[in-house]
Amino acid sequence: MVPDMRAALAARAEGRMGGARGNGTAGSTDKIIVRDLNFYYGTKRALENINVTIPARRVTAFIGPSGCGKSTFLRTLNRMNDIITGSRVEGEIRIDGRDIYDRGTDVVALRRRVGMVFQKSNPFPKSIFENIAYGLRLNGMAGSRSELAGRVEQSLEAAAIWDEVKDRLHESALALSGGQQQRLCIARALAIAPEVLLMDEPASALDPIATQRIEELIYQLKANYTIVIVTHNMQQAARVSDNTAFFWLGRLVEFGPTDRIFTNPAEKLTEDYVTGRFG
Amino acid sequence: MKRDLLRKIVSHAIVFLCAAAVLLALIPLALVLFYVVSQGLSSLNWAFFTHMPTPVGEPGGGMANAIVGSLIVTGLGAVLAIPIGLMAGIYASEYRGSRLAAAVRFAADTLNGVPSIVVGVFAFGIAVVPFQRFSAIAGGVALGIMMLPLVTRTTEELLLLVPPSLREGALALGATRARAVFTVVVPAALPGILTGILLALARVAGETAPLLFTAFNNRYFTTDLRQPMATLTVQVYYYANSAYPDWQRQAWAGALVLVAMVLTCSVLARFATARMERMQRGA
Repeated sequence: MVPDMRAALAARAEGRMGGARGNGTAGSTDKIIVRDLNFYYGTKRALENINVTIPARRVTAFIGPSGCGKSTFLRTLNRMNDIITGSRVEGEIRIDGRDIYDRGTDVVALRRRVGMVFQKSNPFPKSIFENIAYGLRLNGMAGSRSELAGRVEQSLEAAAIWDEVKDRLHESALALSGGQQQRLCIARALAIAPEVLLMDEPASALDPIATQRIEELIYQLKANYTIVIVTHNMQQAARVSDNTAFFWLGRLVEFGPTDRIFTNPAEKLTEDYVTGRFG
Repeated sequence: MKRDLLRKIVSHAIVFLCAAAVLLALIPLALVLFYVVSQGLSSLNWAFFTHMPTPVGEPGGGMANAIVGSLIVTGLGAVLAIPIGLMAGIYASEYRGSRLAAAVRFAADTLNGVPSIVVGVFAFGIAVVPFQRFSAIAGGVALGIMMLPLVTRTTEELLLLVPPSLREGALALGATRARAVFTVVVPAALPGILTGILLALARVAGETAPLLFTAFNNRYFTTDLRQPMATLTVQVYYYANSAYPDWQRQAWAGALVLVAMVLTCSVLARFATARMERMQRGA
């Protein structure tokens, strides 16, 4: 059922528009520009001199062995690392040209624009409806009762879970299956209409069928969102992403179009990793 | 072979010892319940709940004033302790690494270990002496001080059990820290916190020492918080110590009512928690 890497690349290649080359290309489609980023946990440097440009409305995958810094990097993009005491950031991350680590940045507003889906699904212990309504209320998007209900439905539709939950909106979200919970969390993130969606191994705890549904969903969502996904699964990266970044020991080793990274990487290290020689 | 046999024997022996310890621990509880019920039931009648105490030598009467008084004084204590305890607990869990949080924790543990008579003396000092009268409010202050560390610590410990991923989920949606705590983290821990509060309530409702020189006692029915107020525990204390068989019987009945109230509180706690958890889990 899982197509092999080459087939995955081929199947997706047609859908791509002109092989967006994130590396160094300037232009109106650049969403996130990272320059000389260093990240420290206390005195330990977890990210070293990261430079990367992430294009808008594309899927960018971060791959690399455990502990390579890909999740840490993902979490610098919406400043989720701020809550870790003793962490420190150097360098700049520009989203739509504005440095998000600038002193004047409103972190709450940033996170509203840069949504996040976590590795382990984390629905609130509330009803399915309330899970989606939470973010809407938080951001003053609830409006009237019917408006709220409409937005909740749209979000659940967008995350391809509406048909499964429409008759049980007021039941606990914790009664859903793992795959459904994760799609609910995606719906929750989509509800507040972010521009960027960060996904931290969103399918790592799911069975193959649920994983496939999430991947199809990612494919649909990139029409409207800039998606950054961290994954351990290289086939998944090959299937869903347009660009791939390979991280190793806190460094960004290589970044480029996904098919090139997997078929013709420039770095020996990347080649060793994607061919399964380590990691 | 021999080692296997030995291991089995040791294993069975340990299980037996544990079971014996459980039984031993339950014996006092069973005896207390048996005594209170067997002694108290005969003196318990409807009048006990509706009538006032009678003068010595006059049979009948009840403890209506003390039952209502116990509810009022315990309620006052809860009103004082619950908001402060909740907030202190939230602070201690939110800023767990900070010096103030450690101080809160230490203070709560210390306060929890202070003998209840000392709490009573303290409440006497701050809530009786300045006003020159015993009052229900002073009793409430004493019970509130007793309850405070229980509520603080339960709240803190239960909040620490909430998975950090829930908080992150709320923050990632653009919630401020306070909003995330009050709309996601606290509600997730609420069933457990509620149990803790009800158990704390049950615990302080049975206190006598802190009330002896705060709420004191009152032979008459009052709901005036500035007046001395009778409570079941104090009433039982005086009646049980008295020389009159009538009063002693009444003391047993009072003890029975007290135990029933505390038991109801505990059962209610379990029931409410189970129900709230079911609602959250949707099982």
